[in-house]
Amino acid sequence: MGKKHLENADMAKAISRVDGRAKVTGAAKYAAEVQLQDLTYAVLVGSTIAQGIITKIDTQKAEWAPGVIAVISHLNTPGVPEYKLQNQDVIQKQLRVFDDANIYYNGQPVAVVIADTLERAQYGASLVSVTYKKEQHVSNLEDNLSRAVVPKKAKADPRGFTSDFVRGKAGAYLDAEVQVVEEYIQPSEVHHPMELHSIIASWEGNDKLTLVDKTQGSQQTQASIAKSFQLKPENVKVVATYVGGAFGSALRVWPHEIVAILAAKKVQKPVKLVLSRGQMSYMVGYRPYTLQKVSLGASKDGKLVGISHESYGKTSMYEEFTENVLQMTRMMYDVPNIDTKYRIVPLNVSTPAPMRGPGEATGSFALECAMDELSYKLNMDPIALRLVNYAGQDPDKLLPWSSNYLKDCYRLGAEKIGWNNRKAEAGTVQEGEWKVGYGVATGTFGAFRSAATIKATYKADGTLLLQSAIADIGPGTGTAMTSIAAENLGIDPSLITFQLGNSSFPKAPMQGGSNSVATVGSAVVAACTNLKVELAKRAAKQKQEWNNAVPANIQLKGNELVNSDDTASKVKLVSLFTEGGLTELVIEGSAAQGDERNKYSFYSYSVHFIEAHVHELTGVVRIKNAVSVVDCGTIVSPKTARSQLMGGIVGGIGMALMEEAVIDDRTGRTINASFGDYHVPVNADIPQMEMLFVNEKDPYLNPMGSKGLGEVVIIGVAPAVANAVYNATGKRIRHLPITPDKLI
Amino acid sequence: MQYRKLKLEVAVHNFQYTRAKNAAGAIAELSKNPAAKLVAGGTNLIDLMKYGVMAPDRLVDINRLSYNAIQKESGVLSIGATVTNSVAAANEMVLQYQPLLSQAMLAGASPQLRNKATMGGNLLQRTRCPYFYDISEPCNKREPGTGCGALKGYNRMHAIFGASDACIAVNPSDMNVALVALDASVQVTGPKGKRNIPIAEFHRLPGKHPELDNTLDRREVITGLLIPDNAFSKHTTYLKVRDRASYAFALISVAVALEMEETTEGTTIKEVHLAMGGVAHKPWRLTAAEQLLKGKKATVENFKMAAELAMQGAKSYGHNDFKLKLAPNSIVQALKTASGIKA
Ligand SMILES: Cc1cc2nc3c(=O)[nH]c(=O)nc-3n(C[C@H](O)[C@H](O)[C@H](O)COP(=O)(O)OP(=O)(O)OC[C@H]3O[C@@H](n4cnc5c(N)ncnc54)[C@H](O)[C@@H]3O)c2cc1C
Repeated sequence: MGKKHLENADMAKAISRVDGRAKVTGAAKYAAEVQLQDLTYAVLVGSTIAQGIITKIDTQKAEWAPGVIAVISHLNTPGVPEYKLQNQDVIQKQLRVFDDANIYYNGQPVAVVIADTLERAQYGASLVSVTYKKEQHVSNLEDNLSRAVVPKKAKADPRGFTSDFVRGKAGAYLDAEVQVVEEYIQPSEVHHPMELHSIIASWEGNDKLTLVDKTQGSQQTQASIAKSFQLKPENVKVVATYVGGAFGSALRVWPHEIVAILAAKKVQKPVKLVLSRGQMSYMVGYRPYTLQKVSLGASKDGKLVGISHESYGKTSMYEEFTENVLQMTRMMYDVPNIDTKYRIVPLNVSTPAPMRGPGEATGSFALECAMDELSYKLNMDPIALRLVNYAGQDPDKLLPWSSNYLKDCYRLGAEKIGWNNRKAEAGTVQEGEWKVGYGVATGTFGAFRSAATIKATYKADGTLLLQSAIADIGPGTGTAMTSIAAENLGIDPSLITFQLGNSSFPKAPMQGGSNSVATVGSAVVAACTNLKVELAKRAAKQKQEWNNAVPANIQLKGNELVNSDDTASKVKLVSLFTEGGLTELVIEGSAAQGDERNKYSFYSYSVHFIEAHVHELTGVVRIKNAVSVVDCGTIVSPKTARSQLMGGIVGGIGMALMEEAVIDDRTGRTINASFGDYHVPVNADIPQMEMLFVNEKDPYLNPMGSKGLGEVVIIGVAPAVANAVYNATGKRIRHLPITPDKLI
Repeated sequence: MQYRKLKLEVAVHNFQYTRAKNAAGAIAELSKNPAAKLVAGGTNLIDLMKYGVMAPDRLVDINRLSYNAIQKESGVLSIGATVTNSVAAANEMVLQYQPLLSQAMLAGASPQLRNKATMGGNLLQRTRCPYFYDISEPCNKREPGTGCGALKGYNRMHAIFGASDACIAVNPSDMNVALVALDASVQVTGPKGKRNIPIAEFHRLPGKHPELDNTLDRREVITGLLIPDNAFSKHTTYLKVRDRASYAFALISVAVALEMEETTEGTTIKEVHLAMGGVAHKPWRLTAAEQLLKGKKATVENFKMAAELAMQGAKSYGHNDFKLKLAPNSIVQALKTASGIKA
């Protein structure tokens, strides 16, 4: 392979974030910063018990407090119309906001206070007094494994990753010469994006609603709210122009959003509701605490014989949350025998949510640590072990990979980090007081695309406006789409404006599951193609050679339309507008998934390399170097792609070394529900990092050749850290996070 | 069973604000209103007010009082109460005469917080025990008589020395650990006049009254800190072991101040002061270990013996069992760093 891959040094020429300036100067307004006339402020009151019934809510003091407009609870809620329509069990339903007196978890919203200022609403909320009949609750996973159930959805999808599954023979690892049988624990992690979850709800009459909301899907929130409040979808407008991170926490409508809408209905004024940092631990999901058992069996030459993998994750009492913890185990390695078992344990906690690398980040921690453990038992290099078991096609779906450059990832990363410096024997390298070790681990995440439409408005002044409902929660979607359009049309990126985050714009999926570039990018290409066809049609009226122009050869160079096959045929772009006296051309382009999934298996891959130093006496871990290599097809926007990978490594270091939402099982309350106590990495924790991309086209997923990037960047980082710590110390930490107390 | 009425939502209660013109004014405010509180940087008090843990009805701002000097006079370094941690940590006299204090302050919080945090406020910062902070939980320190949430709860950050059944919280300050090792004293003025409180007597152990963090009278104002000269400046270390590289409270911290001497027997310890943080309701002086080390050769063997001695009487509560090992390890490490002795 030539030097097609991208490294840190290649980023200089790439285009910068199109909204970077607005974001760093504060010109970008996030939901909580939007001001409307007559705005009122809502503050939620959460339960302080985990299971039981509200026997009394005393709101009088709050109602009499200065500035308080209303206090709403289950006693006087205007009601959510959908709750009356369906008479379903509360299990399998999202939490029914203020629907009855039942409490299912500590921190559950029980009332809301609306006032003319935020401070008065907060003060009012502190005066609401709730009395409960407390019942026995359960919140600890290990103590309640007997409550584990097969998720109901498994029945509907027997081949899915939550169903009990056997390929070949179950428990085949038991017959193998070399075995690893271990348990791994991923604690709960809270997403804690920088921007707090916020919403402004305002009604116009009884049937029109506008929401300024933190969401990863403007149209999906629109549809969900329209259903809840029995409104016509076109009467619900959702605006999410800027979203300050989400990591999966804004993939659905949460109770606080329903509350804001109910509150706005009650007070007949727009209502702003911003969660506090503490409430973020209770209200908007988390990566669920998960216990896994992994059993690997291999022959002496390292060839895997069998894998058994079980997963037990937390869910709430009222809703089943599942994720693909076991997906990687089924497709990553060429293993004849696999059996997997997925269980969830309903507890008095709020419902989890997908969090960056949902399921796979948890699953890869167990699988890739177990692979590392196996490598020591075999006395084999961990990369060599993975290469011996490399799967030439998808062993789960029995389809060829659409593209798979994993071997390049291992090679490029090993060179960059200096893998040769790693000593095969753990705990043998010491630099002063620090023990030094290297670790590697692999990540993978399915590559998808769905359906999207782009509206393109091309103006006579040469500028192009593109619109899509897609949210941008931080990856730089607007930048990537601008790059795709600029490249396709041959125009300068500065002429392009990409507008997003509005349910009135053309159809787009949620920003989640790493499919924004693949999906919306395809629609951008379609719109650009349609625009070129339309311009060629107009040009043909001046020069008929344009009748035969192929879109791929058409470029908008300078102020001319150019056909690369025939330079003589250039026409002035302005001249194409004269017909009909137009000042702009409005064109749409759509793209959707084809039948490619029947023919190929689509995955992105990441390989992470970590050099860790562990202090011999204090157990402090310092990551000295991190190198990650990603195969996610063609990189359409190098700078923002690099930022994504950087963020994934940082998130993965946090997952490995410090992130843990601690619950006191006596109360079901979160002990560290603040940014002071819930640790995420600070700058001083972050080492020198190298972000590499294989940058080879995937021929089948979309016209750009791109696969997904957002999730795969974090998957595999935590096990790489754990493996490096083992290599340094000979201590295997199977319960994240790896804090100093576990290493002394 | 009817559950105690508890609140999750917290808010700042209404309060009045006044700016003190001089110490006498501040003392007068405190004397006439038992619910009044001084505010300096506000980084701890305002936080606690937002969490509903403290609800003073009058704040007396002391930032404009003239306790903002750093001076060196007749063998004593004095630092005014309203000097910020940032300013003190970067001050040339502090760096020259009491580098340990600077090291400890720089290990605390974040630059932004240190820009606001004052010497007086830092001395009085309250524990970070999560049960103290969450007003829906029981806490004898916040609400005497309600019980201790941490005793049988999540007590990873909690005390291993000098705790009581009423409270196992720790003093979270880094600065205070250095002050104890340096034999500082706290200058205060109050209705009965001025006094100097030796730092070792300033903070309390919880006993039956964990609501009292220290021995300061409610009406007294801290005016400054006094630190006597010493011969330690070449061999000081503040080691802070924490869950991330910055902006986290100590699991264990150790302040070491050594005076070394070359004798015929090799490098010996002429004088040693040792204190630990993250282990008790007050910064913990390691007197027995100091005595053991004094006059001994600086060897890792001796450091280990001292660390073992220092741990006598330690008691853990479950999640903090690891401190029984991390603490002596940290003492040894800090002594190694301060002495430069590797083996
Ligand atoms: C997120 C976070 C992380 C932190 N991390 C650390 C850390 O790692 N290490 C560490 O050591 N500290 C840490 N801190 C605490 C910080 O050091 C203290 O908040 C700060 O020192 C308090 O000083 P202040 O001037 O802001 O005090 P204030 O909040 O103004 O006052 C605190 C108390 O002192 C009283 N007071 C203040 N001045 C006087 C005076 N002159 N006389 C009498 N009473 C007075 C006040 O009445 C109040 O009761 C952290 C704080 C936060 C918020």
